[in-house]
Amino acid sequence: MKAFLILEDGTVFEGTHIGADREVISEIVFNTSMAGYLEVLTDPSYAGQAVCMTYPLIGNYGICKDDMESKKPWPDGFIVRELSRNFSNFRADYSIQQFLEENNVPGIAAIDTRALTKILREKGTMNGMITTNEAYSINDILPKLKAYTTGKVVEKVTCKEKYELIGSKSLSENGAVSGSAKFAAADYEAGIREKKPSLVKTLNGTGKKVALLDFGTKDNIAYSLKIRGCDVTVYPAVTAAAEIIASAPDGIMLSNGPGDPKECTGIIAEVRKLYDSDIPIFAICLGHQLMALAAGADTHKMKYGHRGGNHPVKDLATGRVYITSQNHGYVVDTDNLDPAIATPAFINVNDGTNEGLDYTGKNIFTVQFHPEACCGPQDSGYLFDRFIKMMEVTK
Amino acid sequence: MPKNPNVKKVMVIGSGPIVIGQAAEFDYAGTQACRSLKEEGIEVVLVNSNPATIMTDRDIADKVYIEPLTAKVLEQIIEKEKPDSILPTLGGQAGLNLGMELEESGFLASHNVKLLGTTAATIRKAEDRQEFKDTMEKIGEPCAASLVVENVADGVAFTNTIGYPVVLRPAYTLGGSGGGIAHNQLELEEILENGLRLSRVGQVLVERCIAGWKEIEYEVMRDSAGNCITVCNMENIDPVGVHTGDSIVVAPSQTLSDKEYQMLRTSALNIISELNITGGCNVQFALHPTSFEYCVIEVNPRVSRSSALASKATGYPIAKVAAKIALGYTLDEIKNAITGKTYASFEPTLDYCVVKMPRLPFDKFITAKRTLTTQMKATGEVMSICTNFEGALMKAIRSLEQHVDCLRSYDFSALDRDELIKRMQKVDDQRIYVIAEALRKGIDYDTIYDITRIDRWFIDKLAIIVEMEYALETQPLTVELLKEAKRIEFPDNVIARLTGKSESEIKEMRYANNIVAAFKMVDTCAAEFEASTPYYYSCFDGENEAVETNPPKKVLVLGSGPIRIGQGIEFDYCSVHATWAFSKAGYETIIINNNPETVSTDFDIADKLYFEPLTPEDVENIVNIEKPDGAVVQFGGQTAIKLTESLMKMGVPIFGTKAEDVDAAEDRELFDKILEQTHIPRAAGGTVYTAEEAKEVANRLGYPVLVRPSYVLGGQGMQIAISDEEIEEFMEIINRIAQDHPILVDKYLQGKELEVDAVCDGTDILIPGIMEHIERTGVHSGDSISVYPAHTITDKVKETIAEYTRRLAKALHVKGLINIQFIAVGEEVFVIEVNPRSSRTVPYISKVTGIPIVDLATEVIIGKTIRELGYEPGLQKEAGYVAIKMPVFSFEKIRGAEISLGPEMKSTGECLGIAKTFNEALYKAFLGAGIDLPRHKRMIITVKDADKGEAIEIGRRFAKLGYTIYATRSTAKALNDAGVKANKVNKIQQESPTVMDLILGHKIDLVIDTPTQGRDKSRDGFLIRRTSIETGVNCITALDTARALATSLENKNENPLTLVNIADL
Repeated sequence: MKAFLILEDGTVFEGTHIGADREVISEIVFNTSMAGYLEVLTDPSYAGQAVCMTYPLIGNYGICKDDMESKKPWPDGFIVRELSRNFSNFRADYSIQQFLEENNVPGIAAIDTRALTKILREKGTMNGMITTNEAYSINDILPKLKAYTTGKVVEKVTCKEKYELIGSKSLSENGAVSGSAKFAAADYEAGIREKKPSLVKTLNGTGKKVALLDFGTKDNIAYSLKIRGCDVTVYPAVTAAAEIIASAPDGIMLSNGPGDPKECTGIIAEVRKLYDSDIPIFAICLGHQLMALAAGADTHKMKYGHRGGNHPVKDLATGRVYITSQNHGYVVDTDNLDPAIATPAFINVNDGTNEGLDYTGKNIFTVQFHPEACCGPQDSGYLFDRFIKMMEVTK
Repeated sequence: MPKNPNVKKVMVIGSGPIVIGQAAEFDYAGTQACRSLKEEGIEVVLVNSNPATIMTDRDIADKVYIEPLTAKVLEQIIEKEKPDSILPTLGGQAGLNLGMELEESGFLASHNVKLLGTTAATIRKAEDRQEFKDTMEKIGEPCAASLVVENVADGVAFTNTIGYPVVLRPAYTLGGSGGGIAHNQLELEEILENGLRLSRVGQVLVERCIAGWKEIEYEVMRDSAGNCITVCNMENIDPVGVHTGDSIVVAPSQTLSDKEYQMLRTSALNIISELNITGGCNVQFALHPTSFEYCVIEVNPRVSRSSALASKATGYPIAKVAAKIALGYTLDEIKNAITGKTYASFEPTLDYCVVKMPRLPFDKFITAKRTLTTQMKATGEVMSICTNFEGALMKAIRSLEQHVDCLRSYDFSALDRDELIKRMQKVDDQRIYVIAEALRKGIDYDTIYDITRIDRWFIDKLAIIVEMEYALETQPLTVELLKEAKRIEFPDNVIARLTGKSESEIKEMRYANNIVAAFKMVDTCAAEFEASTPYYYSCFDGENEAVETNPPKKVLVLGSGPIRIGQGIEFDYCSVHATWAFSKAGYETIIINNNPETVSTDFDIADKLYFEPLTPEDVENIVNIEKPDGAVVQFGGQTAIKLTESLMKMGVPIFGTKAEDVDAAEDRELFDKILEQTHIPRAAGGTVYTAEEAKEVANRLGYPVLVRPSYVLGGQGMQIAISDEEIEEFMEIINRIAQDHPILVDKYLQGKELEVDAVCDGTDILIPGIMEHIERTGVHSGDSISVYPAHTITDKVKETIAEYTRRLAKALHVKGLINIQFIAVGEEVFVIEVNPRSSRTVPYISKVTGIPIVDLATEVIIGKTIRELGYEPGLQKEAGYVAIKMPVFSFEKIRGAEISLGPEMKSTGECLGIAKTFNEALYKAFLGAGIDLPRHKRMIITVKDADKGEAIEIGRRFAKLGYTIYATRSTAKALNDAGVKANKVNKIQQESPTVMDLILGHKIDLVIDTPTQGRDKSRDGFLIRRTSIETGVNCITALDTARALATSLENKNENPLTLVNIADL
């Protein structure tokens, strides 16, 4: 079946239909990761957006359900050059086509994704429609595209009730040490799911209680703490600061999430209260932006954002550069940042934008990128250890 | 960290002659690094024995020494030049080993020379098997159970504890020389013994066999501040068991989920950090196909073939960045030259798929085993880029220039299901074609996977291609079908064959429906940032990005494709120089090539680079967009020449010598006419199509005769026949591939072979010099030792050669380069062959005479005259040096290859010996080729009857040098009768000790074995030669070579070698 991607600027791409059979309007963004399409699809930060993968061959290793970063896919639409007709990986449960259909995600394939990416790069992120209606009327559609906003998406993606993850008591709970993870193919066939290999070598977080505010968290944030031994309580985004403070955690994490941080006015007010407490805080992505807003800094929308697994980020304290996983369309403004509030701790080597803040006089540090990786490089995972250290020192 | 101010003068070590496992990629890396160093104001001293390289040009380095790559020579150069540092990580394994030798001996420390980049301790940790294993264990990175052994008994004992099969990897060898998989004790003993001998340190790793696992590689960069990135990862389609150099490789990995991808990436970074590598590094993993278990196979702490491939696949210039890192820069200080905006501290992301295929030499070595193992056999490779895997594979296949253009190019349709299942178990270069046939016969993916361990995803992709073949054969050709066929890169001629239409019909249908190639940019960042570097590939499913340019003058330079025996790095040298010369003359330059190892495919050599197959259709796609004013074909070897006719049909003028004149040189009848007009004699001969005709001509001329196809390079298929039977045999071999042109049968003349390269501007010619071959006619010129200036011919012969060259160049209306081979029989000169194009000897003669003939030829093509360029026409005055070009072979890598020299070229590379005297130059040339004698002062002579007279004289000279001579019965008798003491040894079938035992005893320096006339029918001779080569014993099959070696040894003395800085010539 034919499908069309119609952009706000009037550009139309004709391709073939994939996934669920429905029409959708969304904000179109691109991601440059070469592997990890399932992690991208299940990252709640993509709520309200349709994602175009710049890597042309998608679906090659099927869907390995274990790798989902949340319960379901969040993008409104999925845009690829080629969806593999067959998949091959020992862990694959089914095809990406089936996954998209079952989860009602429509998409388009066989379009020139590079041409689309160039449009987004040059004109900035814009809205678009994926439709299979060959009789579409561009004049009717364009006003609808212009009117679309992602809106308050955090509420959509956050958990409804708090839940807990108990910290690992022994390293063996975390799965085999990387490289030695042998799977019995027959067991696997029979549905026995062994743990993925783990990178963690010590349980340095044992005994630490962490409250994680879920603005659309990727599962690997809580999991990264759990495998280090921390007990994690995940709270819905709308949880009052008082409740969290009352639970007396050793540390608080603010998660990633979708949308414009400035829309989250209620949450920002609560985050301010957390800021005012003396509890160590580590924030990622949207959490980083919300903390900045709560502390009095500003954010703005980027032309086309950072989405991919190859972004170099420099730690200004050490000069070291780490390759990071990123997914954000907004960024903290550091031009007018008051050093009494916070100072830049990380910057993006490519464009110089802010990638992290150290809060002055506070046990708070926040990053724009994703130390939990998934998908993408694991180089900055050490930040979880830094957070654990911070909790230790403060105690 | 900014640049280290103490580094001012750096010595760069090259990789020496091209051999299998160490090819053009190091010229690419070295050239890039030298340019990168010079950019920083560093004085560069370059040492490389290979004259065919671009890196040994005077404008690449400040001082250039084309000297033998031995520790002693390097020490002398260091003493003379006094560099403050040396950079050993860009010259392949050869360069690295030398750097280590100098460091370990304490020479560097005592001369205050620093090893730049990775330290010696690091290199040891990565290269020494045991240290590497210990290091990996320390950081918890798994290696396959293994033990380093220094003798066969230990290897057998260890294997008995871990079980067969085991993999054997000798330490410090290149291309996996001497390695292999042993399935039983017999194989183990055989391979182990050989490996121990080939290893520089006498160590071999015996390892648990992980054959069948996925082979994944990461290219990693790290700077002195500890920042690391991976440039790209690559997945071998052929699982572990086939050397990655012989595997079909895809980038990025296709069947790895992010979990596997990141697990291995993190491991690669951990390893490079623990090893403390600064610069580029390649990490190879084996990944279990149905678990997360992996093993680190090996680490190369230097740039490599894979890093060249990764550079071309991503656009990230690894060697250039590695050189900057060596100077002290950190990754975030080095600009990404492609985007000009971002920095080297980021990871390229691809929005296309890259496929690399090896160019294997089995068309040259028809007796060789085609089996692929852990020992590399490929002489070169091709790379292709497309938006989909199928397309990239189809493009790679047709880039190989081995008469293949689709998955039907090898016909296995006669095999039934059972036979196919059996055939698939053979791991060789034809396996994908066998799998395609298996798919056609309905064999399921699981069965194919179980046999081949090739991932089902790749099998499915082959199936898509097979399905398309079937659709084209059985369905009406709709626009939709055609579009899809083109999307996956079916060339028009294949579509035509399958649909029963003509190629022009297909092309018309495409053009009528606007199904045309579009060009996309390789930009390192998947279009995330704007890039201005015009490095393009084609696809059929997107909009065109190639920027239309309308400069006043635009030229298309056709590259020479994959490195193969007969068409090597020399042609890349010519293409690059021509490109630079055109650029200097104000032309916009466009290069088309598909070889990832070369300098020509570096993104900043030409104004535009098209990484594409060199077929008429692919070239036409580019011509349609670029509309060049003309094309040059004379620099790209036979690959480019073959495109001449097609280019003319496209309406592209050929710059330089006209196509009809090129034809006239190749077409026997036309050429005979020209020789008649110009009164130049040649050996009598005739053109034939059938064996009957050939026999008739041969009998008319009288045996021996030379038989060869026209329009071939490197004498492919050329044979000396001495009987009707041999004619029949050779004609059958030649005619296995349909010949478009007649076959030539010539009277074989025996004399001195001479060669010239000349530039002709239409009126005048310039001959930089005459080269003389040491081996008499019958040995291919590429395999001969070549001496400049010609030293045994009279002035009259020289004059005749200059005169004939002038006449031929004029008669053929040559504009540009011409290469002519002559035979001098006494004072009489005959023409053997004329090639109105660049030749293998062009870089060599340019360097030793100091006359830049490619630049001059290019200027002439543009319209200048030789006089305008400041040269007096004619044969130039001889230089004050003797320069000897020595062929280098890779026979030990190709099991079963016949090593005896003949009219078909077999060498893979060359080195140079240059000195004031002939004797020193000859000694240097042998030394550069790795022939460093005497050692044991024992040799074997076994020659055919006709050679016995000469053998006596040679034997006498070696005896005088102190050699003990062993000889087989009749040779021994001849020697002893003539008073040369020779010990008789038994032939192979006779009782022990035989000649074979002697060779295997590791106490023999040299075997001189001349095969019986024509093709050697004796299994004995073949076995003797093979065993010598595989045991590391020098084996000479031409008496002239033996005589030259004797001369070289007779003149060997303890004086240090005199060094020649080529940049001063």
